[in-house]
Amino acid sequence: MSIFVDDDTRVVVQGITGGEGKFHAEQMIEYGTNVVAGAVPGKGGQEAAGVPVYDTVDAAVEEEDANASVIFVPPAFAADAIFEALDTGLDLAVAITEGIPTQDMAKVNKRLGETDTRLLGPNCPGIITPGEAKLGILPGNIFADGNVGLVSRSGTLTYQVVDNLTERGIGQTTAIGIGGDPIIGTSFIDALEAFEADTETDAVVMCGEIGGEDEEQAARFIGEHMDTPVAGFIAGRTAPPGKRMGHAGAIVSGSGTGTAESKIDALNDAGVPVGDTPEEVADHIESFL
Amino acid sequence: MKLHEYQAKGIFADAGIPVPNSQLARSVEEVLDAVDEIGYPAAIKAQVHVGGRGKAGGIKIATDRDEAETYAEEILGMDLKGYTVETVLVESGVDFVDELYVGVTMDRGEGQPVLMVSTEGGVDIEEVAAETPDAIAREHVDPAFGLHPYQARKVVYNAGVDADVAGDVASIVSTLYDLYEANDATEIEVNPVMITSDRDVVAADAVMNIDEDALFRQPKLAELEDEAYEDDLERKAGEYGFDYVRLSGNVGIIGNGAGLVMTTLDLVDYYGGSPANFLDIGGGAKAERVTNALDMVFSDPNVDSVVFNIFGGITRGDEVAKGINEALSDYDELPKPVVVRLAGTNAEEGMEILNTDLLQVEKTLEAAVQRAVENAKEVSA
Repeated sequence: MSIFVDDDTRVVVQGITGGEGKFHAEQMIEYGTNVVAGAVPGKGGQEAAGVPVYDTVDAAVEEEDANASVIFVPPAFAADAIFEALDTGLDLAVAITEGIPTQDMAKVNKRLGETDTRLLGPNCPGIITPGEAKLGILPGNIFADGNVGLVSRSGTLTYQVVDNLTERGIGQTTAIGIGGDPIIGTSFIDALEAFEADTETDAVVMCGEIGGEDEEQAARFIGEHMDTPVAGFIAGRTAPPGKRMGHAGAIVSGSGTGTAESKIDALNDAGVPVGDTPEEVADHIESFL
Repeated sequence: MKLHEYQAKGIFADAGIPVPNSQLARSVEEVLDAVDEIGYPAAIKAQVHVGGRGKAGGIKIATDRDEAETYAEEILGMDLKGYTVETVLVESGVDFVDELYVGVTMDRGEGQPVLMVSTEGGVDIEEVAAETPDAIAREHVDPAFGLHPYQARKVVYNAGVDADVAGDVASIVSTLYDLYEANDATEIEVNPVMITSDRDVVAADAVMNIDEDALFRQPKLAELEDEAYEDDLERKAGEYGFDYVRLSGNVGIIGNGAGLVMTTLDLVDYYGGSPANFLDIGGGAKAERVTNALDMVFSDPNVDSVVFNIFGGITRGDEVAKGINEALSDYDELPKPVVVRLAGTNAEEGMEILNTDLLQVEKTLEAAVQRAVENAKEVSA
């Protein structure tokens, strides 16, 4: 079992003719992902990464039966690409693009509430169900099939934690990077809810970071609705207020909201142990299994 | 990106929001020229990106020329929470009877902008929000439709603003929302909006922050970016295209990916050290980026030791190691000890080929950070 993606997922890559899009389409195919098409306006009829390219996402759905997209489109055009994915009625859209203006994402977010499409990201590494499908830029070889779910706002931090798990022989059901922007599609709670419902997921890692209140809300959700044990990690304990720590969403506001302390307290209150180091997170997970 | 008060007020004035008469001054002489023109009372206001300027002594009201000179001497060149004041705004004092708070910001939780108005203006609005949240009226705006005029009126009435000025305040709220949208702001705040004894409304302060990710379509604001940097190293990082934040410690940190770099900072602190910076070099770790990153940390005089932590994903560890070695070819010896840790794909192969004549290598993040902290203690001892 897994959540959101598996070997039935049929992927169209939006922006497949760009450098990043082509490279990662090839990587996804090499991993075994069912990449069936690319979509790039003006490039219909060409081939890229060994799959046919269409002018629109709609045509990729019509011709190749795509049901999910991965978006590698530059920031200025990325919101438009997400709208296209949503309006085409795909099951899932994974937006990798970093640097989409927040006001564009507010408009996307409004539309998202009116569709059944799941959006992952933007500014995320994507999602992987080890051995079945990888949608995004995650390095497939560090993952292993297993029974731990992982959800994270960060990319390389996710890899670090996964590496610690895999080295101990602990594999993953699905690992999800939800993205580091202030406004994102799939939230911690969405992923946690799906992991709770997944019969093969026996424990979950949740990696949060400073900024916003999503981790606090997720902590309340865990306390009230989850039986599956969760271990947490929060990055940014030493971040000063008012400074954007790389991710647009990773900022402690002047009023003190979004601090690591508040998130760690909320998780502890919900019975979630929070590691001081990535190794400690793996220790907690090992103790759950 | 934060705008200075005078830059934000320029934008307000162009949009028709009433602001006090003012002039920018960079020397005592310029302050005196400005007050001679503007008259008294005159506010002399430090133009630095810190909150609570008034309390910290960065805003003074001069009632005559002697006071103006004294205050100008005090404020220009002063250190305000770590920032040196180089510019002041000299502004006509407003004879006010009441102060309001007006703001527009993105409500992250709701994913939509929110208007905020309060009659508790002129004080720290964050305290008001914490202690008496009901004293702030809020109205969310559908980002797809934009602001409906009734919403500006509604939030002003709900805040309990006096009826005779409500129309003028609603007009400010509406214009601020337009500016928020048109300039890709993340936040606009006027605290206070002053109500004068003649029942006029004036924007007496201005905070305006711009979404850095939108600067590609805000060419005029992008020109202000250089002035927004708070120190030379942050400016240099901007030129190199790094995400960089300077901190006050002595352990320099280089890594890839915001979450992992933040984690490295936290571990430095956890193991008893103090981070000097956040520096995310992004994916790939090509030689040029490594060279630039080393230049960044080595040119920070506070840095006594460096930890370099790269998780190679798609980019293999041996490629990263080659990039690091190539960057090191410029050095016979390093000015500060550097501990490197590579992880991920082909990490072991990478660590084997690293130039250990110049570098210290550790296998785990925890060990690398501990060694860098020890190095820093030795160097600074």
